[in-house]
Amino acid sequence: MKFTSLKSAGKLSLTLLAIIVSAMLLAGCAGEEKKEPAKKAEATTPAKAPEKVVLKLAMDADPVSLDPHVQLSGGMLQFSHMVFDPLIRWTQDMKFEARLAEKWERIDDLTMRFHLRKGVKFHSGNELTAEDVVFTMERLKKSEDYKGLFEPFAGAKAVDDYTVDLVTKKPYGLVLNMATYIFPMDKKFYSGVDDKGKPKDAIIKTDYSYANTHESGTGPYTVTYREQGVKNVFTRFADYWDKDSGNVEEIVLTPISNDATRVAALLSGDVDFIMPVPPQDLNRVETTDGLQLVTMPGARIITLQMNGKRNPALANAKVRNAIVYAVDNVGIVSKIMKGFATPAAQQGPKGFVSYVPELQPRYDLEKAKKLMKEAGYENGFECTMISPNNRYVNDEKIAEAFVSMVSKIGIKVSLKTMPKAQYWDQFDAKVADIQLIGWHPDTEDSANYTEFLLMCPNKETGYGQYNSGEYCNPKVDELTIASQTETDPAKRAAILQEVEKILFEEAAFVPLHWQNLSWGSKGNMNTKDVVNAMNFPYFGDLVVK
Amino acid sequence: MFAFTVKRIMQAVLVMLIISFIGFAIKHNFGDPVRELVGERITPEERAQIRDQLGLNDPFVIQYGRFLKNAVHGDLGRSYFFKKPALDVIVRKAPATLELVMTSSLLIVLLSIPLGIYAAIKPKRLFSRLVMGGSIIGVSMPVFLTAILMIYLFSVELGWLPSFGRGETITLFGVWETGLLTWDGLKHLFMPSIALSSIMLPLFIRLIRSEMMEVLESEYVKYAWAKGIRPWRVWFVHAFKNTLLPVITVGGVQLGIMVAFTILTETVFNWQGMGSMFIESVERADTALMVAYLVFVGFIFVLVNTAVDLIYGLVNPQVRVAGRK
Repeated sequence: MKFTSLKSAGKLSLTLLAIIVSAMLLAGCAGEEKKEPAKKAEATTPAKAPEKVVLKLAMDADPVSLDPHVQLSGGMLQFSHMVFDPLIRWTQDMKFEARLAEKWERIDDLTMRFHLRKGVKFHSGNELTAEDVVFTMERLKKSEDYKGLFEPFAGAKAVDDYTVDLVTKKPYGLVLNMATYIFPMDKKFYSGVDDKGKPKDAIIKTDYSYANTHESGTGPYTVTYREQGVKNVFTRFADYWDKDSGNVEEIVLTPISNDATRVAALLSGDVDFIMPVPPQDLNRVETTDGLQLVTMPGARIITLQMNGKRNPALANAKVRNAIVYAVDNVGIVSKIMKGFATPAAQQGPKGFVSYVPELQPRYDLEKAKKLMKEAGYENGFECTMISPNNRYVNDEKIAEAFVSMVSKIGIKVSLKTMPKAQYWDQFDAKVADIQLIGWHPDTEDSANYTEFLLMCPNKETGYGQYNSGEYCNPKVDELTIASQTETDPAKRAAILQEVEKILFEEAAFVPLHWQNLSWGSKGNMNTKDVVNAMNFPYFGDLVVK
Repeated sequence: MFAFTVKRIMQAVLVMLIISFIGFAIKHNFGDPVRELVGERITPEERAQIRDQLGLNDPFVIQYGRFLKNAVHGDLGRSYFFKKPALDVIVRKAPATLELVMTSSLLIVLLSIPLGIYAAIKPKRLFSRLVMGGSIIGVSMPVFLTAILMIYLFSVELGWLPSFGRGETITLFGVWETGLLTWDGLKHLFMPSIALSSIMLPLFIRLIRSEMMEVLESEYVKYAWAKGIRPWRVWFVHAFKNTLLPVITVGGVQLGIMVAFTILTETVFNWQGMGSMFIESVERADTALMVAYLVFVGFIFVLVNTAVDLIYGLVNPQVRVAGRK
């Protein structure tokens, strides 16, 4: 008796399930017809036309602090571009654009002179002068996260109120790249002590500091409300110098870390702009009426490092080449990344000075087998590998695909994946023969990849800090170091291209792909004009029609 | 009674010690929080320095001892991410979670009792079968799936309900931020509370139904029927009263499980309570906050359980005797 009732209940539940599933399918179809979100977008804007323009923004994280120097990370730079404003900034085609510096010129090998815009006001009401730039430079050199980046600089010198010199210790080719990181801070505002008796200019990572909770920049927005991790409100700064910029008067930033929730928030019209759009929902955002999707190749490359010191087989350039030939990274991009990445064969993407067009992905299984035979590993070998499973887009799946690809040339990989919280300690300890790492150069220059990932590891100089493969080639080191002091762009490019060629020939690492970037927004704004390959959208320039 | 009370409190302290130890042991093996606090350019030496400043390089026993000493004074450490005492962060997030749990509990109580009773009294009716069939789906669907499906149906396709967050809130007595008093807040509460109750509600319907059916078969109910008492009196006064006891016992345990399920619900709905705070602290390796959460939630459970036991002991001296063995 009981058994039958259970059975019928089972049947019934099946029927119910079928009903629900079909209802969902129907609902899905309704979405394809592109109705709801569009209607909503129209309904909200014209009805309240005279009201202020508010941008509801959802990102996967929010800035960790109001102090731009407390951490060097994407989230903090996005914040800096809203609340502070750099001397110069990158354009979409990777050129420099004047911001607080109107023009700049090279005085001598060591000195670059910047002429500041006049009449620029900080949020506190103070006026921007060269002293503020000097103050900011000193603070940068004190910041744990930035001092490495500004190590080549001797400092900044104020020539007069509106002229400032950036002086390097040696000739340095990346002064302008670094100037994009100088977001002048208000010297008067950040000097002295606060009411707790602590110095206002202190840079503190995990505790209270004046700069962590107060800001005065020259940027398009002031912070008017902040509940960390919950909600941030940015209000247009009335005295912003650039009158010829966007029209968004208020930005409400909500961090939504869950991918599905973030996309649903955009589709339902609860937010106007999201970043990033997860790969599985790109199509959905693109085909929904009233929404727009903008994507762009980024500079973050995903690579595998092969440790020849741990595993002698990997010290053999032929074996490394065989592995590169065995890896179908074009296939990984199309199957696993759903086309949302660019297959790579060198470190720097197209647009970087180091880019060599001839270096292309080289999947060729027969060639790989032949190389293995030549190297004396016809029967393959065994090795270990680690990969994070929540750091890069689809990192775990990529690692698994790699394992199955190299199994075809007889290499048996035992793979271990783990969350990023545990991964980096293991990475540093070089616990496996093959280790996965992604890299985006903070200088937007390809020498940076080599300096951190492939130069011979050296504790004193700090080179090769993330070179877990322990690849070491004196020629590469020599060229990379030479590129640092080369200020002639053409010569520099030639050096860096040579480096890429050597790394390619020696298969110093397994190049996989550059991750793409994505932004989803309502259709009534110029999203594609304000985003860039560094992934800090210039929200100050956003125009909502 | 005094001896029993002392013994019970000692037990509670012991349980807290064990919880804190486990939490701390996890923290110690969880990974390096400094990684999340710094950029890629910082050298291993500089990272070690920061770890030193944070006291993370000390041996386990010293760190744990320091933690216990501070915990006795109500200091559960500092959250690295929020740059504030961890307890402050948790207490600030607690209202959101409590409101969610309370609303869901209310939903469960209000729906499971009438539905369970109905399904027990009229087991053959179509409606009963629908309820029972539906409850199987409810039990077997993961909370996050229910939540996502609801968001896509009611927010994205129909546009009836907001997809994330708590909406407009009002601050009561300067500390309690409530969404229960605004229409916007209530609209935001709707889906999360249903999603959260989606696992427990079917469970309770089934529990009440089976208990009730058993009671209806018992001799005294048959006797009541024989006496000619009116049906609703038999059902509700004679039968249901006896059904309630085991249900309440189970309910107490399930309330704890519900707090655990808030982690999933809050994450999907971006509901800014303790649950989503916990999962984010795990992702950020904000280990101090992680441990503080475990200890805080453990403390509340131990507190409630101890209080319940003491009250039981007061009301029913047999419990004390049993406790002594």
